[in-house]
Amino acid sequence: MRDESLFNALIELADDHSILCHRLGEWCGHAPILEEDLALTNMALDLIGTARGLYARAAEIEGRGRSEDDLAYLRNERQFRNLILVERPNGDFAHTMIRQLFFAAFMEPYWQAALESRDETVRGIAGKAVKEMSYHIRHAGEWVIRLGDGTEESATRAKAAMEALHIYVDELFHSSPAAAAAAGIGMLPDRRGLRAAWNGITAPILARAGLELPQAANPQTGGRAGLHTEDLGHILCEMQYLQRAYPGATW
Amino acid sequence: MVTARERAWAAAAAVPDPEIPCVTVADLGILRDVHIEDGAAVAKVTPTYSGCPATSFIEDAIAEALRKAGFEARIERVLSPPWTTDWITPEGRRKLRTYGIAPPAEGSNSKRALFGKTSVSCPRCSSTDTERISEFGSTPCKAQYRCRACSEPFDYFKCI
Repeated sequence: MRDESLFNALIELADDHSILCHRLGEWCGHAPILEEDLALTNMALDLIGTARGLYARAAEIEGRGRSEDDLAYLRNERQFRNLILVERPNGDFAHTMIRQLFFAAFMEPYWQAALESRDETVRGIAGKAVKEMSYHIRHAGEWVIRLGDGTEESATRAKAAMEALHIYVDELFHSSPAAAAAAGIGMLPDRRGLRAAWNGITAPILARAGLELPQAANPQTGGRAGLHTEDLGHILCEMQYLQRAYPGATW
Repeated sequence: MVTARERAWAAAAAVPDPEIPCVTVADLGILRDVHIEDGAAVAKVTPTYSGCPATSFIEDAIAEALRKAGFEARIERVLSPPWTTDWITPEGRRKLRTYGIAPPAEGSNSKRALFGKTSVSCPRCSSTDTERISEFGSTPCKAQYRCRACSEPFDYFKCI
């Protein structure tokens, strides 16, 4: 069932992007300053653009006539395959920025490698996403440095965010059976080989911020198997409400 | 003699960008190609940013322009090679500046350089003594700047 693996591997990636997009969108109207309100929602747009491309390609491979919207709005919590990291609540700005840095620092080298994919659509999506992830890293990296190297209060909060989020980093480098199958045929990059690249991006930023990545005693995983934290259900309640309440609604 | 393909190109190429109407889709380099296939005009369009909300609107506008020119229209969305600001034509850059938007610096610089400074010249007085107010502006592709020399706030079409 090669096609099923490819479908699932694309869904994992698409879910990562759409759930993180939703999280960033939650800042709309609530960011500490107007400039960040604009920045976060614009970066959410990058993520939804990537997610749409991935859902559409997954639907095409599946060939059962489902659309990108069906995949985003009509699957249940256990069918979502996103990383736990991206569903973690926004918390304070330090939490949001550190989560963003952790994710973007993985996705940039990932999309870089995906430029060699044998799937033309994946190469196209990667070509756009790799540039977008570069400025997500820059934006989040600058904030992590400002916060970690800022006031006593901001440093305390940045440390607390590191403490809360570091346990979800390992999952970035795990490969589900579906992802392994997709990597095996050269459709998607092998996630397991990207830790050095991730360290290469995050280490200098964390050093300048005066922050240390703690060793994760109990790394948390399970997202790829549909085992999520309670928070994903709350996201889906909001994200899927309209399509569930008014099936087929368009405007 | 003007071929059907040239006529179709001219019709599609004249469509203005919905968010920056001073430039056309051809100026921006997002209209990649127009050709005639089985009697229909097929326009290849590429998005600027992955999630650019204007993409569908632009595709509809191009299809409409082709239909008005008497063609049956079809739009193909192409992703590769990915669009970069280097696709903006010299004419497009000139129009942006006249409109009050600083065109992107040529050649992509490193997006990852932290606290990096980009030299942007004011579209009003050409001074390079400018400062960034906000990394994002009214659309994903623009940042907000202010000129320290003439005090003019302006949009900068970001380099990507």
